[in-house]
Amino acid sequence: MSLDLKYTYTEKKDTRSGFGDGFLEAGRKNPNVVGLCADLIGSLKMGDFQKEFPDRFFQTGIAEANMIGLAAGMALGGKIPFAGTFANFATGRVYDQIRQSVAYSDKNVKICASHAGLTLGEDGATHQILEDLGMMKMLPHMTVINPCDYNQTKAATLAIAEFEGPVYLRFGRPSWPIFTPANQKFEIGKAWKMIDGKDVTIFATGHLVWEAVVAEAMLREEGIHAEVINVHTIKPLDTEAILDSVKKTGCAVSAEEHQLNGGLGDSIAQTLIRHNPAPLEYVGVNDSFGESGTPTQLLEKYGLNAENIVKAAKRALARK
Amino acid sequence: MKKQSLPELQKICSQLRRDVLRMVHAVQSGHPGAPLGCAEYFVALYFDQLHHNPDFQMNGKGEDLFFLSNGHLSAGWYSVLARSGYFPVAELKTFRKLNSRLQGHPATHEHLPGIRIASGSLGQGLSVALGVAQTKKLDKDPSIVHVLMGDGELQEGQVWEAAMYAAHYGMDNVIATVDYNGQQIDGPTEKIMDLKNLKAKWEAFGWEVIETKEGNDLAAVLAGLEKAKSLTGKGKPILNLLYTEMGYGVDFMVGTHKWHGSPPNDEQLSLALGQLEETDGDY
Repeated sequence: MSLDLKYTYTEKKDTRSGFGDGFLEAGRKNPNVVGLCADLIGSLKMGDFQKEFPDRFFQTGIAEANMIGLAAGMALGGKIPFAGTFANFATGRVYDQIRQSVAYSDKNVKICASHAGLTLGEDGATHQILEDLGMMKMLPHMTVINPCDYNQTKAATLAIAEFEGPVYLRFGRPSWPIFTPANQKFEIGKAWKMIDGKDVTIFATGHLVWEAVVAEAMLREEGIHAEVINVHTIKPLDTEAILDSVKKTGCAVSAEEHQLNGGLGDSIAQTLIRHNPAPLEYVGVNDSFGESGTPTQLLEKYGLNAENIVKAAKRALARK
Repeated sequence: MKKQSLPELQKICSQLRRDVLRMVHAVQSGHPGAPLGCAEYFVALYFDQLHHNPDFQMNGKGEDLFFLSNGHLSAGWYSVLARSGYFPVAELKTFRKLNSRLQGHPATHEHLPGIRIASGSLGQGLSVALGVAQTKKLDKDPSIVHVLMGDGELQEGQVWEAAMYAAHYGMDNVIATVDYNGQQIDGPTEKIMDLKNLKAKWEAFGWEVIETKEGNDLAAVLAGLEKAKSLTGKGKPILNLLYTEMGYGVDFMVGTHKWHGSPPNDEQLSLALGQLEETDGDY
């Protein structure tokens, strides 16, 4: 690729490993950090923590509802439980348990959700949840975080351990470019302007932040200067960053590995409609389930890659 | 709290039943049947069994804890909490009303002392109790965690996930009691979804099961809880099958599901109160 990228990478790694490494470090820092997992310790990369702190780790078996209740009980007893499973089972399967025992009861539980979105790949639509951000952001008290690469996921994991309150942390399976700095400071609720621009703002979250970085370089080749903002915290949303940027650029694109209904784009639209109506184009899955395939194939087929972000940016610009 | 004699505790049961009936009558909503049946259990726990501190601390460190999984028994729980000093008895009159701490189903949101988790959506309390019990084990805190579930509630799958966990991890600091009244909102449990042999089921899941056959006899309830306590610390979780009668204490309410979620009218209330002595002052 001969694109002049503003961020580059030398290594790819899965975001779930960022979680696993952050979780271990959080456990070393604070003896109150405990772990739970519903028979996916290897997939969630929770094994190092389990090995180092066997007394503070609880294999729950394939019983996610019970795991959420256990975590709520541990939290009220003063622990900081990290409950891990696939994003599908961490949300849809246990929505009521999270709603009543965690969110409504305001328990300091960290719901750690891997294998989110289409980029789970070959396992197909049963496992590719695309509704989780919407479900979680609707819950009062819930903080919702979707970091973009290994380094950011590790930093986010360390940050939520020090944050008091229920958190939904979403990450994924595929090997993905590591393009943000190691040991970065992660500020919950603060969007990160990664690239300055003046023509259009791209608000991206999770894996699609990388696609946004690529899209920015593609747009720049055509003389379009996009601003790229990494919205790692879906809730609380950094409305100030959104409004400041769109005030300057006058139009925007949202990009997420999620349904359009209920996702980041909806939250941004709400903000713009209330304060500064401006053209907004969405990149996301349009009311559809996924299917088996490689992550790259799926992002292409469902219209979520850099090329689609470029097209959406041009549509937004044309509406200015 | 100083231990009270059996007759003194019996008087509190009568007052609790009056509270429950007056609370649900005042708002013409709520669930009188099951808390009437669990009056002896509530009083035995809060006035005799639990080592607890009404100066409420959420984390409950060093205290015995109680969780109400079948949250619709809220009126009974609120009464026993108030009568044992967690909050003013007068506050019972706000039950289910706007801006009250006494929500229809128990909640932590309004910071009512004594409540540590919301309940109402059934099947979740045992998991929560096990979580905090696990925390107590980690912290070398020898106190006991109690949880009450309805028998109909056992139809929820999460209960059996939790049952498996408890035996696997040897949660011998947990005493789960099942309000075995044989009734649920749509009718008798054996018609709605037969629970079959509960004792055998829990034993098969690896629990130590005791049966308290006279769940509305205070002495029997106390003896059952004592026995349960004596079985803690032996590697197995303990299940107390508490045979109660829904609506116990009021002749026209007893033994039927009809009063599960229906309040008495004025006439029925006065009839019912006539059968229950006012012993500790109505709120």
